Amino acid sequence: METLVSIRGLTVDFDLGHRVVRVLHGVDLTIGRGQAVGLVGESGSGKSVTWLAALGLLGPRAHVGGSVTLGGEPLLGVPVRRLEAVRGRRIAMIFQDPASALNPVHRIGRQLGEALRLHRGLEGQAARAEARRLLDRVGIADAGRRLDDYPHQLSGGMNQRVMIAMALAGEPDMLVADEPTTALDATIQAQILDLLRELRRDGGMSMVLISHDLGVVAENSDRIAVMYAGRIVEEAPTADLFANPRHPYTSGLLAALPDLEGPRRRLVAIPGTVPDPAHLPPGCAFAPRCPQAIDACIRAVPPLEHVGSDHRAACIRVQTAVAA
Amino acid sequence: MTDTPIVPPADRPLLQVRDLARAFHVRRAGGFFGRPATLHAVDGVSFDLRRGRTLGIVGESGCGKTTTARLVLGVLTPTGGRVEFEGEAVPAPGTAAWRALRRRMQMVYQDPLGALDRRIPVGQQVMEPLAIHGIGARAEWRSRALELLDAVGLGATFFARYPHELSGGQRQRIVLARALILEPSLLVCDEPISALDVSIQAQVINLLLDLQARFDLGFLFISHDLKVVRQICHEVAVMYLGRIVEQGDPDQLLVEPAHPYTQALVSAIPIAAAARRRPRLILKGDPPNPVDRPAGCSFHPRCPAATARCLVDIPALKPLPDGRLVACHVAHGEAGARPRAAA
Ligand SMILES: Nc1ncnc2c1ncn2[C@@H]1O[C@H](COP(=O)(O)OP(=O)(O)OP(=O)(O)O)[C@@H](O)[C@H]1O
Ligand SMILES: Nc1ncnc2c1ncn2[C@@H]1O[C@H](COP(=O)(O)OP(=O)(O)OP(=O)(O)O)[C@@H](O)[C@H]1O
Ligand code: SF4
Ligand SMILES: [Mg+2]
Ligand SMILES: [Mg+2]
Repeated sequence: METLVSIRGLTVDFDLGHRVVRVLHGVDLTIGRGQAVGLVGESGSGKSVTWLAALGLLGPRAHVGGSVTLGGEPLLGVPVRRLEAVRGRRIAMIFQDPASALNPVHRIGRQLGEALRLHRGLEGQAARAEARRLLDRVGIADAGRRLDDYPHQLSGGMNQRVMIAMALAGEPDMLVADEPTTALDATIQAQILDLLRELRRDGGMSMVLISHDLGVVAENSDRIAVMYAGRIVEEAPTADLFANPRHPYTSGLLAALPDLEGPRRRLVAIPGTVPDPAHLPPGCAFAPRCPQAIDACIRAVPPLEHVGSDHRAACIRVQTAVAA
Repeated sequence: MTDTPIVPPADRPLLQVRDLARAFHVRRAGGFFGRPATLHAVDGVSFDLRRGRTLGIVGESGCGKTTTARLVLGVLTPTGGRVEFEGEAVPAPGTAAWRALRRRMQMVYQDPLGALDRRIPVGQQVMEPLAIHGIGARAEWRSRALELLDAVGLGATFFARYPHELSGGQRQRIVLARALILEPSLLVCDEPISALDVSIQAQVINLLLDLQARFDLGFLFISHDLKVVRQICHEVAVMYLGRIVEQGDPDQLLVEPAHPYTQALVSAIPIAAAARRRPRLILKGDPPNPVDRPAGCSFHPRCPAATARCLVDIPALKPLPDGRLVACHVAHGEAGARPRAAA
C-alpha cells in the first residue's frame, strides 16, 4: 500500500516555565492511502498531541522533534504558509472539543463558505450550494435553513456534524477524527460513522480515528495503534489485535469492557492510574500496573518490535516468548 | 395511597412512579417574540423500583431521562402523576419534610469535577453533608468520612487531597462517598461514568455493584451505553420523546428488541468482536422536536415498520406474552386491526 503519511520518532516537550516535560517519546506511525487507522489509549496517553504536533498546531511552548512526511514531503519545520496549504485541504482534523472549533458569532453558512473559499476557491452561490450539500451529507435536516443558524441554535450533536462538514469541505486526502462521536447518541453516532465509511470507500480518503470506545474503533479501522504514556505499545491489523492482543495493557483494556451477550462476569479493571508524564516510572511505563511485570521490565524501555509478521508490541515478555 | 399500610414494608417498592408528567412552557424559534408552546418533556411514565435493584433508563438525548430523575427526587414539581418513595408521596421541594427525605435519596451526576469544589480537600467534601444536615457529633464526622473513603477503595491519605490531584475515577469515587455518607436507600445516577476511560469505568461499575450489595441500595441508572446498562441493571426502560416505549429484562431487550426504536438502538451499539456484529438499522432524520410531537406513535416518522394506524393511534405500553412491556402496534400484532374490531 502506498504510504500517505509517515511519522518517525515524533517527540513533544512542553515548556512549563519552571521545567520541561516530555509527553511524546518517539512515536512511529504509517498511514497508507485509503487506510483507516484507529488510535486508542487512556486519557492523557498522547493521542491528540500526536496529531496536533504533526499538523503544527501546538503553539510555541511545545518543542516538536522527529519527522512527519505527507506523500514524501516533510511537514515538520516547514514555513507556516506551506503548512496552511496542507491543513484543511490535504489533511483535515475534527477536533475533540467541538465548542472550540466553531465561531459562536458567525452563522454556520458563513463558516462553511469561508472553508470552501479557502480550500476550493468557491464563492457566492456556488459556495452556498456546496455548503448546503455538505450539511445534507452529514444528515442535517432542512440544510438550507440551517445555514443561517448560529452554533448556539443547534444541538450538540448537530454542531458536531457541522464540524464534520467543515472538515470535509476541502475534500481532504486524510481526515483526523479526534473523538468525533463522543457527544452523540448511539443512533446518530451510527449515522456519522456510516457517512465516514462511505467517504472512504467512494473517495479513497485515509482516516485516523481517535476514540476511547474500542467498539467504535474496531468497527471503523483497518489497523489499530494502542498508546500508553506517550508511546505506541502495540500496533496490528484490527482483527488480529482484538483476537490476539499481545501487550498486557491491550489485554487489560479488552478485559475491562462489558460484554453485550453471554454470562455476566465481573469486569477486570486495570489497577492504578496512568502515570504523570513528569514522573514516569523507570523502564516500561506500564510496569507498576502490569500483572506480568518482572524485574527486567523496569531496567529499560522496551522497544516496539515485531511479535508476528504484521504485529508489533513493546513488551519484553512477549518479545522473549516469541524469540524462544 | 390507601394501600400503603397494608403492604408489608419488605415487599413495598422503594419507589413507585405513576403517570408522571412534566410540561414546560417555552417559546418557539424567534426568541422572546416566538409563539408560546408547550414542551412535554416527560409524559406518562410509570415504574417501580425495589431495594437492592437497579432500573436502567436509556434513550436519545432530550428524551426526558434527566427530567424523570429530577421529578423522582422532587427537585422538579410534576405537572401530572405522582411519585411515592418508601410508601410516601414526595413532599414539595424546599420544605423541611422534603429536605429530610432527600437524605434518603441521593444523586450522582455525570461530571465528577464539576460536582466537587476545587478549593476544598476532598475529605472535607465527603463529610460536608453530615454538617449540612447536622447529623452526629462533629468529632465523629471525620471518622465517618474515612470509613466511606475506605468503602469506595480510597485510603486515609486521600482525605487531604484536592480534586485536581485525583484521577477522573478517583473523583467519581469521592462523589459516590459523599452521596453515600447519609446512608440513602436510593441512588440516582445520571450518566455517572460516561466521561471516564474504559479501565476506570470498570473500576466504578464494580464499585457500584459492591456498594449496592453492601448497603441494599436501589439504583436508578441513566446511561446511553447499553453495554454498561446490561452489566449493572436488573431491568431497563427505553424512553422516546418523554414516554417509555419498551421495558424489561436487559438481555431480552438486547437479544430480541421488540420496539422498532429499541431495535435501531441495539443495532447501533459498536461491537469490538467482528463475529458478533449484527446488521445495522440506520434511522433517518433527527429526533423530532418535543414541541411538535408527531400524532399517533411519536416514533412513526422515523419508523421503518410504521403502518396507517401508527399515524393516528398512540400505542399503549402493555405486556407481550414474554412479560416485557412494549408500546408498539406492530409488535403487538395489532397494526392492521381497526380501532373498533368486533370482539
Ligand atoms: N498544551 C499543553 N501543555 C502541557 N501539557 C499538555 C498540553 N497539551 C497536552 N498536554 C499533556 O500531554 C499529555 C498527552 O495529552 P493528549 O491530549 O494527547 O492526551 P489524549 O491521549 O488525547 O487524552 P484524551 O483521551 O483525554 O483526549 C497529557 O499528559 C497532557 O496533560
Ligand atoms: N427547564 C426546562 N425548560 C424547558 N425545557 C426543558 C427544561 N428542562 C428540560 N427541558 C426539555 O425537556 C426535554 C427533555 O430533557 P432532558 O434533560 O430530560 O433530556 P435527557 O433525556 O436527559 O437528554 P440527555 O441525554 O441529552 O441528557 C428536552 O427537550 C429539554 O430541552
Ligand atoms: S407503533 Fe408503529 S410507528 Fe410506532 S414503533 Fe410501532 S410500528 Fe413504528
Ligand atoms: Mg485527546
Ligand atoms: Mg440528561
